[in-house]
Amino acid sequence: MSTGAMTGIKLGLVSCEDCGLLTRPADVHEPGYCPRCGEELVLRRHNAIQRTWALIIAAAVCYIPANLMPVMITNTVTSVEVDTIISGTVLLYMTGSWHLALIVLIASVMIPLAKLAALAYLLVAVQRRSSGDRYDRARLYRLVKFVGRWSMLDVFVITFTVALIQLKPLMSIKPGAGVLFFAAVVVLTMIAAETFDPRLIWDSNSKEDKNDGP
Amino acid sequence: MQAGRKRMSSLIEKIIACPDCDLLQHIPALPPGGRARCPRCGCTTASSKPGSLDRTLALTVAAAVVFVIANVEPLMGLSAVGRQSSTTILGGVLEMWMQGHEITAMLVAFCIIVAPAVHITFMLSVLLAVRQPPAPSWAGTLMRVLAFNQPWAMVEVMLLGILVALVKIADLATVSPGIGMFAAGVLISLIAAMTVSFNAHEAWIRIRWADEEMMRSAAVPDSLYPGRTGP
Repeated sequence: MSTGAMTGIKLGLVSCEDCGLLTRPADVHEPGYCPRCGEELVLRRHNAIQRTWALIIAAAVCYIPANLMPVMITNTVTSVEVDTIISGTVLLYMTGSWHLALIVLIASVMIPLAKLAALAYLLVAVQRRSSGDRYDRARLYRLVKFVGRWSMLDVFVITFTVALIQLKPLMSIKPGAGVLFFAAVVVLTMIAAETFDPRLIWDSNSKEDKNDGP
Repeated sequence: MQAGRKRMSSLIEKIIACPDCDLLQHIPALPPGGRARCPRCGCTTASSKPGSLDRTLALTVAAAVVFVIANVEPLMGLSAVGRQSSTTILGGVLEMWMQGHEITAMLVAFCIIVAPAVHITFMLSVLLAVRQPPAPSWAGTLMRVLAFNQPWAMVEVMLLGILVALVKIADLATVSPGIGMFAAGVLISLIAAMTVSFNAHEAWIRIRWADEEMMRSAAVPDSLYPGRTGP
């Protein structure tokens, strides 16, 4: 359904990513700046594929220490307890609040993994110039962008638990090194979603359209 | 506004390229509350929200007041074995910093204090500026920062995080939600309502172009400034 579609790139028109103004620059490959808002105009985001790959690989690397290293260290008079993201979720489940355990599990384990998988799939499909399931891929991309911020949930849980439980010497909670890696996963995948250019999903079947250079 | 500027008006106003798939499309006249979707990828490309700018301004003023309350008042208090403690939003960030997690503390501060504050103040400035079109082009710069900033303002994620933290702590101590928590609850409804009611296109067409030569030659029609003539 998209072979004969009239796109901006075919007619030499560039749409500003910030204000949406459609303009006809003198040279469509060097479009300059948006006359309305002053943003740099781009036909397609610069090196979107390479940059998104780099960001999701970095996020995948950080995902390992984020799950292996402790995120919370509980000191009481008699004991020291170390929690990772997974063990914290299990603890929440055991103490009887399975709804919250489920929310935390979805937000901090499933969403980051699903985001990495979804972005990798979108990239591979674009690189293979696949023309199937484009509509579904476009929807998947919008879902990834919408849902990503919720992974920050655990970082906030840890921040406020730590802030409240400072009852030295009886009990105190310290954040562990895993928090930083976990936050890095969330931030990197959020930036990756913004770096990917969804328009690539749609112009992958015509060679001259695949202008992804700087 | 002089005559003869209406040549390209229809192009500027009615034809857009879908931001998600680059398909050129004509935006039809929308009924109040109506939306246009890209026929190819399903992305929402335009919407008609009557009174959008005024309603958003009212919500933004309310959000600014509630934001201050949410940040000043304690979120929650805790008492255990005869000891009391309480925390504010900033208190959580400071504790994280003092525990040696400076980078995480800065990220948290950005997501729950700086980004929401920027969202509210920039939105307020833009909405006040566009009340007298054409607004100066700095309003456009603020709009660009707003678009970049929006995914990072995470008050609603923070509130869910606080609720989870409360449930975790409830076994260990008596916790009571404070005024700040209720204010944060109101704040997320206000920010959500601001996002829903704001029509960025309505604001953009009231802003003076960065390149005024182009603005003149592109013949921005009087109809783009409602209050002069209708479309």
